[in-house]
Amino acid sequence: MSAPILTVARLAKRFGGVQAVDDISFLVQPGELLGIIGPNGSGKTTLVNLISGFIRPDSGTVRYRDREITGCMPYKISQLGLARTFQMVRPFYHLPAFKNMIIPLASPRVKQLSGGKYGDRDAVAKDLLEEVGFERDSAVINKPAGALPHGYLKRLELAKCLALRPDLIILDELFSGLSLAEVAGILPIIEKLKTEGKTILMIEHRLRELFRIADRVIVLNFGQKIADGRPEQVMQGDEVRKAYLGTEGEG
Amino acid sequence: MYIRKERIDRGVKARTEDLFALASGWDLLYLLAPRLLPILVLLLLTVTVGPYWQKVLISTAVFALLAISWDFLVAAGMVSLGQALFFGMGAYLTGILNHYFHWPIWLTIPVSTVLGGALCTFILLPVLRLRGIYFSMITLVLPLMLVRIIEATKIFGGTEGISGLASYPGRWLELYLGLAAAWAALFAFRRLLNADYGLILKGISDNDRSVMSAGINIYWYKAQALFLAGSVGAFAGAFMTHSYMFVGMPVFALDYSILPIAAAVVGGMGTMAGPLLGAFILVPLSEVLRGLGGLRIVIYALSLTVFIVALPEGLFHYIQRKYQQFERKVKVDYE
Ligand SMILES: Nc1ncnc2c1ncn2[C@@H]1O[C@H](COP(=O)(O)OP(=O)(O)O)[C@@H](O)[C@H]1O
Ligand SMILES: [Mg+2]
Repeated sequence: MSAPILTVARLAKRFGGVQAVDDISFLVQPGELLGIIGPNGSGKTTLVNLISGFIRPDSGTVRYRDREITGCMPYKISQLGLARTFQMVRPFYHLPAFKNMIIPLASPRVKQLSGGKYGDRDAVAKDLLEEVGFERDSAVINKPAGALPHGYLKRLELAKCLALRPDLIILDELFSGLSLAEVAGILPIIEKLKTEGKTILMIEHRLRELFRIADRVIVLNFGQKIADGRPEQVMQGDEVRKAYLGTEGEG
Repeated sequence: MYIRKERIDRGVKARTEDLFALASGWDLLYLLAPRLLPILVLLLLTVTVGPYWQKVLISTAVFALLAISWDFLVAAGMVSLGQALFFGMGAYLTGILNHYFHWPIWLTIPVSTVLGGALCTFILLPVLRLRGIYFSMITLVLPLMLVRIIEATKIFGGTEGISGLASYPGRWLELYLGLAAAWAALFAFRRLLNADYGLILKGISDNDRSVMSAGINIYWYKAQALFLAGSVGAFAGAFMTHSYMFVGMPVFALDYSILPIAAAVVGGMGTMAGPLLGAFILVPLSEVLRGLGGLRIVIYALSLTVFIVALPEGLFHYIQRKYQQFERKVKVDYE
């Protein structure tokens, strides 16, 4: 087996009285598509924030390839090729959708990857937006992001992340709030990323869609990892069923 | 039959910042006129008014610089309530260099500009991570604190200040230096904000975490923006100091923090040109009202309120809109 691309070891984070992430460890292999599921408030977003550097852990470590990134600034981590999307979309509301893309495209990582030259960034921005389902040369890409419908904002979020040409992509509930048709439009993009060899960490609530593409699934409950395995196995466990369906008699 | 009003954008093929993309001479004139006309009017003013109003123009240029610097910081997501910090820093630096080290004016001003910007950035570095109101509060407090330090330790002349500083070789040089600096800051900042660099600054103001996620060190960018804005403010202070040939505690006064903001609000934020316009309204207005004694502040505050209520977008945005669109009445037939 090759060296893991991401190593999370005994990670923990407490917010006041809430143990949001409780001693979580797992490995991610290059090229793997790992799903992370769990009920609301089980610590999924906190885990993403800990890995991407937006929150410092109380204890535990995160390694990206052979480098420890625990407590690194988020921009350092992104520069290494670990990019994420936000569950609560974070576009630049006042800038047109297409200008939103220029910011990640102007980052040092992209410059470095393209050999010191940025090239025709406008074209790259349009290509990327088209890839995630924006109509090319339509008025939509020139509208301020604040005026875009939710479905477009989610796709913009993905496009901004892809602009960094990341090796490891973390998607925090990319599908939340999207219609079935919209999800069906984005799924092939993720599958394509996977065939391109990207490693993907997918936090999802839409289990049906996730289970179709995930190689492995981790289940969180109250900040703890309660299951880790192939999608079809994971849902068999008693604890997972309890977390998701509740126990009899407590309703 | 009804009459309806409609609003139409003027047909300039490329309403762009890039003059070379334009086709006809009319388009060129359309773009250049609003940029050149104010300069021409101002030049005309400088040679027609007397020495008293020339001094007012100088002081207007100073406040315009502070207002432009303020607007630039806002574009980068930092609301400064302490332009007096930049102003006072530049003023004291130039005073110290001139009085204690006997540096000539053509050295003290540039050095105070750069050093003042750097020092202010350095002082504010620890609070660069603070967002919103926290950053603002610190900038508000710092100049007030520096004044007390000077008062308590009696350094740099203490409450007396330093007088007898070098003055400009000529009144015209002084006047045109001030005005040229204001316009240079205006064009430089506008250019910068229209480039990728400005896009990143606007991104930081919109959503700093998203910029960080894009692999960009926002603190480095914020520090640079602070340095640029701080330098412009420090220049204003240094420039004014040699005009007064004196530096003292008033350079850290609240006026230098508040009036630039008022100018930006009246003129229209986010364009750099608005704050400049605002300064050219408010500073002369305050001069005109000087004869009224105690009523001055009342009338001043009233006119400020009227401006803000009547034109919340700011005068510049209003003019810009009117210039780029025209309204016309059209007949509409309903069956
Ligand atoms: N910044 C924060 N401050 C305080 N509590 C937080 C913060 N972020 C998350 N939490 C708490 O941590 C728990 C896990 O939240 P989160 O990671 O957002 O869960 P999920 O993404 O799985 O829905 C929740 O109880 C939430 O209220
Ligand atoms: Mg979440």
